[in-house]
Amino acid sequence: MQRIGVFVCHCGTNIAGTVDVAAVSESLGKEQGVVFSTHYQYMCSQAGQDIIKNAIAEYKLTGIVVCSCSPRMHETTFRKTAAAAGINPYMVEIANIREQCSWVHKDTISGTEKAIILGKAAVAKVNLNAPLTPGETPVTKRALVIGGGIAGIQTALDIADAGFPVDIVEKKPTIGGKMAQLDKTFPTLDCAACILTPKMVDVAQNDKIRIFSYSEVTSVKGFVGNFDVTIKRKARYVKEDVCTGCGACTEKCPQKKVPNEFNLGMDNRRAIYIPFAQAVPKVATIDPDYCMMLKTGKCGVCSKVCTAGAIDYKAKDEYVEEKYGAIVVATGFNPISMDKFDEFAYSQSKDVITSLEFERLTNAAGPTQGKLLRPSDGEHPHTIVFVQCVGSRCDSCSEKGKEYCSKICCMYTAKHAMLTRDKYPDTDVYVFYIDVRTPGKNFDEFYRRAVEEYGVHYIKGMVGKVSPEGKKLMVQASDLIAGKQLHIEADLVVLAAAIEPDKSARPLATMLTASMDTNDFFTEAHPKLRPVESPTAGVFLSGACQGPKDIPETVSQAGAAAAKVIGLLCKDKLTGNPCVAHSDEMMCNGCSTCEKVCPYGAITYVDKEFRMPDRTTRVRRVAQVNEAVCQGCGCCTVACPSGAMDLKGFAGKQIMAEVDAICR
Amino acid sequence: MKVTYYPGCTLRTKAKDLDRYARECAAKLGIELCEPETWQCCGGAFTASNDEIATKLSSVRALKAARDADTPLLTVCSACHNVIKRTNIAMQDTDFAAKVNTYMAQDKDFTTPYNGETTVYHYLELLRDVVGFDKIREKVVNPLTGKKVAAYYGCLLLRPGKAMRFDDPENPTIMEDFIRALGAEPVIYPARNECCGGYVALEDGASAEKKSKKVTDSAVNHGADLIVTACPLCRYNLIKNGSKLPVVYFTELLAEALGVKEAE
Repeated sequence: MQRIGVFVCHCGTNIAGTVDVAAVSESLGKEQGVVFSTHYQYMCSQAGQDIIKNAIAEYKLTGIVVCSCSPRMHETTFRKTAAAAGINPYMVEIANIREQCSWVHKDTISGTEKAIILGKAAVAKVNLNAPLTPGETPVTKRALVIGGGIAGIQTALDIADAGFPVDIVEKKPTIGGKMAQLDKTFPTLDCAACILTPKMVDVAQNDKIRIFSYSEVTSVKGFVGNFDVTIKRKARYVKEDVCTGCGACTEKCPQKKVPNEFNLGMDNRRAIYIPFAQAVPKVATIDPDYCMMLKTGKCGVCSKVCTAGAIDYKAKDEYVEEKYGAIVVATGFNPISMDKFDEFAYSQSKDVITSLEFERLTNAAGPTQGKLLRPSDGEHPHTIVFVQCVGSRCDSCSEKGKEYCSKICCMYTAKHAMLTRDKYPDTDVYVFYIDVRTPGKNFDEFYRRAVEEYGVHYIKGMVGKVSPEGKKLMVQASDLIAGKQLHIEADLVVLAAAIEPDKSARPLATMLTASMDTNDFFTEAHPKLRPVESPTAGVFLSGACQGPKDIPETVSQAGAAAAKVIGLLCKDKLTGNPCVAHSDEMMCNGCSTCEKVCPYGAITYVDKEFRMPDRTTRVRRVAQVNEAVCQGCGCCTVACPSGAMDLKGFAGKQIMAEVDAICR
Repeated sequence: MKVTYYPGCTLRTKAKDLDRYARECAAKLGIELCEPETWQCCGGAFTASNDEIATKLSSVRALKAARDADTPLLTVCSACHNVIKRTNIAMQDTDFAAKVNTYMAQDKDFTTPYNGETTVYHYLELLRDVVGFDKIREKVVNPLTGKKVAAYYGCLLLRPGKAMRFDDPENPTIMEDFIRALGAEPVIYPARNECCGGYVALEDGASAEKKSKKVTDSAVNHGADLIVTACPLCRYNLIKNGSKLPVVYFTELLAEALGVKEAE
């Protein structure tokens, strides 16, 4: 028989405003097993916790019910209180009479009635609770960072700095990500490569960091502290440890017509290539879609010119299996496709470009060596129209674009406009915007400079249509402040395309059982208080995979994610969750149903000897739960046809007792 | 294949060619057009007002006739297509359909309530999705080789895109593919999905003229010999406002390529 104490919290007026806490306390005091019941202003305060501790000692309590806020807020607090007073923490139950009661009810009568019912259910459950002891699992002291952009680079460097080994998996042949493609960075206008490439070199030289470039994660198993990850190392047909990065092959390769993705297809590269001069690792890669040797078996020029003997046409994809304690997702973003935005004539004119293409056009390492020239005819543009929010802040019922603000476009457009006016004062620059959003340190000042010092024409209104007419682009737009329609003859139109998470994010989220929002951004464990952790233990978020971010914000988040990883890897052992599945071997018939539904692969089968009532011995196949792997989701308990599976702490009879108490 | 064919009023008066060639080409392509004995004006313009049922009733009658005949409903005029297609979608809303059906119950032959079951095809959609442009290419006897044809979509076929589901409103390809199937060369020009001025022509001729001129000038500048359209009102506006190019219905072009026109 339990001796239960009930503690009803007022939560200031949060609960007491709509729930008669004294009545709740009094009513629950009459429930079976309850020997003490009280209420207090803030149960979570030190004084409130002392009330619980004292009552445990005075009334020799064996179970606790706290009627308060959601267990997500303070279950841990009260479990620690109980443990400090000598009670097993799993003998504590929370009745949520705030979020699910006082906050949603307007009158005291129904609020109080519901609070009592919720309290009764919790009491009924505690009557059947049993002490549980969590197991411990060791922590693999190695981290995996998925994505080698600035987010992944920073996270890896910070983790390595704390002394833990880190692996970066990057699907492209080099790390560097989007930042490597940028020209200047706002608001200080330092060159992106100048601040990024030293970090890339740091990564390459750090003996704690391994780079798996041109690789992808193909499977993730296990759980926090003990992930088993399979990494596919795509065949690059060049031996990474032999190639010196001299580049001779990339100059001699006869296949010259391969769209260069690093320059967004604005120029060509060879079939064997090094993406850019500062690539890390600086190793050539053969593009199997274009290499004549791989496609037809005729060529072999690169192999002939390679003095190091690094070319290997017979290379195959390789799979590496590795154990990690923590995984950081840093999969980044991409600009959205402009396919559905043909009012801007992106598919019809080469002179309608995206902002990322503009970055390449102004970058000294880009297709025009940094000279701003029209892609169609190589002439200098004299009128440039920038269109903001292309695909951002779209109507939820429109079938194109994103509802959210992509956040970075206002600043980079101001940068593009300012740099254009600075370098080419004879060029007229227009920026069409819905709102200019430039919060951030020195950001608004930057935008004001574009307007006031550089004379960029900022026009509130959107572009309705871009019509290529001869060599010109006729831009039809509205000026909302002047209340008139504008027609501008432009030479170049630059679209600030919305950004979206990389396409690899969704399959990765499935592998990691990490949650995503409807836009495929990874969801954080708490939007304010746990912004760099995924709700899945051991999975952390870095950079734009979690939401649109500029470089300073990405680097901050990358560091924060690293701090969380370091905190985890510092531990030798992790305490598990004791609320795991458990099979009653006497009832289990070994049917495998539970194994099939288990999302974590926690169930295996063993042949076990059983003594039968007639004293004979029989061998039967029964289910066994690996408690370290089981996450306590309960799928097996509902799937089990013989009722052998049960969840510790949430047993069928405990749940039924709660339901009975509610319906009583 | 059998379809219920809804010509619409203009095709009986100003746009007889659109109708005539549509019928002749359908016969050539093996499509049986069954015109309901009684059909009424589509309403002329779709009213976006939510509680407006009166102007949608005639479209519902046509849709119901097709449903009862167990065939798709085929339209050819852009305006009729726009109204009928959108009315059909409106009828898929239970509350709206209940209102209309209650009213329609007064019709003698209106026995089964209508809830948007009919598939509505524009003639071009039928050519693309049912017949197939490849099939049409095979049946062409007079390929229109060398002819530079500017497809003029106007607004009603394409918009609202979500309801019409005709083609990408900003970068449509259906008419260009149609033109290619006939052996001609499509001219892609920016104003092909701009408005001709529509009914504004009645109120403010100058505005309509400006809109129409923009379309025809754009087609001329991009080297077109000919403009094709599916809309009688577009054709009227373009011609009235001084198009330098001939403006013909797409069915006439089809009839020419299929050898139906000269057989007359």
